[in-house]
Amino acid sequence: MTWDIVIGIETHVQLTTKTKIFSGASTEFGLPANENACLVSLAYPGTLPVLNKEAVMKAIKFGLAVDAQIAEYSVFARKNYFYPDLPKGYQISQFELPVVNHGYLEINNDGVNKKIRILRAHLEEDAGKSVHGIMDNKTGIDLNRAGTPLLEIVTEPDMSSAKEAIAYAKKLHNLVQWIGICDGNMQEGSFRCDVNVSVKPSGSDKLGTRREIKNLNSFRYMEQAINYEVNWQIEQIEDGHDIIQSTVLFNPDSGETKAMRSKEEANDYRYFPDPDLLPLKISQTDIDLIRSSLGELPEECLKKLTVDYKLNEADASIIVSDKKTYEFYQSLVATGLDAKITANWIVGNLFAKLNDHELSIDDCPIAQEQFILLIKRIMDQTISNNAGKKIFDLLWEDPNQNVDTLIDTLGLKQVSDVSAILPMIDEIIQNNPEMVEQFKSGKDKAFNALVGQVMKISKGKANPGQVSELLKEKLTKS
Amino acid sequence: MKDLSLNELHQGLKNKDFSSVELTQYYLNQIKDLNTDINAFITIDEEKSIQQAQQADQLISQNHISELTGIPIAQKDIFCASSWKTTCGSKMLDNFYAPYDSKVVDLFNKSGAINLGKTNMDEFAMGSSNETSYYGAVKNPWNLDFVPGGSSGGSAAAVASGMSPAATATDTGGSIRQPASLCNLTGLKPTYGLVSRFGMIAFASSLDQAGPIAKTAEDCALMLNVMADFDERDSTSIKRDKENYTQSLNASIQGKIIGIPKEFFNDELNDDVKIILEKVMQAYQSLGVNFKEISLPNSQLSIPVYYVIAPAEASSNLSRYDGVKFGYRASNYKDLEEMYLKTREEGFGDEVKRRILVGTYVLSAGYYDAYYLKAQKIRRLIADDFTKAFTECDLILAPSSPSTAFKIGDKTEDPVAMYMQDMYTISTNLAGLPAISAPAGFINKMPIGFQLIGNYFEEAKILNFTHQYQSISDWHKYSPGEVL
Repeated sequence: MTWDIVIGIETHVQLTTKTKIFSGASTEFGLPANENACLVSLAYPGTLPVLNKEAVMKAIKFGLAVDAQIAEYSVFARKNYFYPDLPKGYQISQFELPVVNHGYLEINNDGVNKKIRILRAHLEEDAGKSVHGIMDNKTGIDLNRAGTPLLEIVTEPDMSSAKEAIAYAKKLHNLVQWIGICDGNMQEGSFRCDVNVSVKPSGSDKLGTRREIKNLNSFRYMEQAINYEVNWQIEQIEDGHDIIQSTVLFNPDSGETKAMRSKEEANDYRYFPDPDLLPLKISQTDIDLIRSSLGELPEECLKKLTVDYKLNEADASIIVSDKKTYEFYQSLVATGLDAKITANWIVGNLFAKLNDHELSIDDCPIAQEQFILLIKRIMDQTISNNAGKKIFDLLWEDPNQNVDTLIDTLGLKQVSDVSAILPMIDEIIQNNPEMVEQFKSGKDKAFNALVGQVMKISKGKANPGQVSELLKEKLTKS
Repeated sequence: MKDLSLNELHQGLKNKDFSSVELTQYYLNQIKDLNTDINAFITIDEEKSIQQAQQADQLISQNHISELTGIPIAQKDIFCASSWKTTCGSKMLDNFYAPYDSKVVDLFNKSGAINLGKTNMDEFAMGSSNETSYYGAVKNPWNLDFVPGGSSGGSAAAVASGMSPAATATDTGGSIRQPASLCNLTGLKPTYGLVSRFGMIAFASSLDQAGPIAKTAEDCALMLNVMADFDERDSTSIKRDKENYTQSLNASIQGKIIGIPKEFFNDELNDDVKIILEKVMQAYQSLGVNFKEISLPNSQLSIPVYYVIAPAEASSNLSRYDGVKFGYRASNYKDLEEMYLKTREEGFGDEVKRRILVGTYVLSAGYYDAYYLKAQKIRRLIADDFTKAFTECDLILAPSSPSTAFKIGDKTEDPVAMYMQDMYTISTNLAGLPAISAPAGFINKMPIGFQLIGNYFEEAKILNFTHQYQSISDWHKYSPGEVL
């Protein structure tokens, strides 16, 4: 029997606001415990929530970026449950009327495009943290994170493989950073995914019972967790067991998912509109204002690179995987550099180097103007691509050096002078009659070997393109 | 000093007839004499009050005197006041000291008023007799066997007995107006959103509203001048220009119309109360006011609607009292769940628990639509009734309480009979409207008030009408102990 996999994802995106969603306390990460626990965070009697407008603007920005409807009227609700790191005994969230409805994100999985529908995105406050093991027999509570604004983004169950789920999560991760609403830091918990997984017999209309994998904060774990969960569910069903709707956690050490609680014993959250907050009303003017500040979205940029600049899909995707890379690329092309050569250099050389050193593009030691000069020298054929790589490595080691000085001191200038190259070609043809013969009988390899010989006696300085052109001319004429 | 109005106290301070320290000491002595019997105060701190009075005298000596500078005011123990214990009448907060002032306390402090002490109240303002307080029942100064009403019973008893010239209070379903009625005082519940709820411990957030309890409409106007102020820390606070509520007290009300809701003046209305209200109407008639019968068809649903919405909000608002961060925590427990259970079992009184249970029930899956949602819809209908009524009249006359004060212990075993105490006051909380209760006379030597309800933000009109009545009547001048 074959099975269909059905996946939906809920992502908690921490919005980059200076202060918490309902108070003036700072959202700074990594401070000593409870440094940001203001009276509102502590739920002191008589304290009241006041909505942070910046969080609303960022939610709207997201809605516009996924082509969703922005609700003119949305409502904050209380989600009631007792937990020590939830000081009020309820979380302020949005329930029946969220701020963002019905958008989509288009993913590309192995060359196939697919729309993943976004059902809704709503604003809510984060909880604090329970800290175990630092006090004898006691649990500590750190409320620094309590009240940090979150946008919870919920998809329809539109993904049908772990790969699609990862493609969606990565795309979303890129987008929220691109539009500047989230720092994307997964280790610090700024972007966390809950993945709902179910399986059903292939082609069946009826959805299977789902289990929700909570709090995945790495794409690698997400892929492992989904694959494990899918296999587990199929095995269970094939062994004649029912799947029980439940929440599971992924253990990265064992690579397994394990149920934490079944939904039957779960809380009744007793949602109701929060009487301390007025309904959130958003005007068309607000929406238009935010739309005008949205800028180019990754999708449009990708199109520009593949259609206008004629880059291949793979290179273009890498360049738009991050807004800073895209802006860096565009700033280079704007100086007149060839779009394709520049893309090759960024994707092939620069990224390889950055990845080796686990650096981001911000940390690149090579000055931008030297990088531009390097590509220029390749474009105007002063040096060969290989010589360029040599210079690139030297610049990386010592960023204070100058491209032109390096070309001179290392003698890397390539010879493009016909009168200098022709005698070398004649010499090689004369000394390698067998190879010439092989070429003429149709062996292309022999041609490459001949070019190599010419390059060798030029000590690598001859322009390889020119050598092969002149050589071909000579051999076909004679 | 006992019978002086706030304005007379102000004049006395201004003319240096007495100092704020002398005045404050006078009331502190009154409290020493009377509070043991009446139990109107939970917390007294002479040193703090006198210190504030000294600062006020300093200001007055530099001629920095405004309407309430140097005048002692009692604060209901629902308002957080920095460095004062704030209990909300509950064991749960018996050890709670807020590190901040509520907006109301802050405004009084800025006006130079003296905090005379924190007044007793029903636990978390849940009650109509002041018997649910962890600190014991408050006695009605008119007869110590009777309740003063609630939840602001401490504030009412403090003012009625002469322990304080005026007091702050809060009204969620009648908690200002019913005690005012039962203690021969004037108490105003303002429009929802006029007075900030910041630092006022929440019972039912969409209904809670702070206001004054004092002897007269004029005193209430002076108090409201201080209390009404926009506050960006309360999202339901309404931004509008400040009004001077004393300005129009003396305006003529000739030719104005008072609406008489037929649903309130029916067979259910107590005969004695009816007679009292008819006399109030005669007085208004003599002032040139006309009457018009109006209808509030959904008002009889107020009590059931209120006892869905208020407990629902309360059940959520009171979740924060879990023993984790502040307030009471049970001493013996084996795990987190037992800590929660014991803390709340031991920290809350019966009435609070009853409302938490009801509120939890009406919000539960499967019951939400039938109770909470339906109640919200009826709430809208109740508000619409008033909006329609105010197209036909200036203010609405109603009873404040169904009867005079009842004996302590009389209704404690019957919560629903207790809830009926608020049958005439609750609809205005549901609609968010302002309303006042003012002295209307006596039945068997116990006082009772009448209620005037106004349209949104018509506190000035309400105070004007009440002041006009008080300028031709004497009921508000009587004090406990005087022969009637």
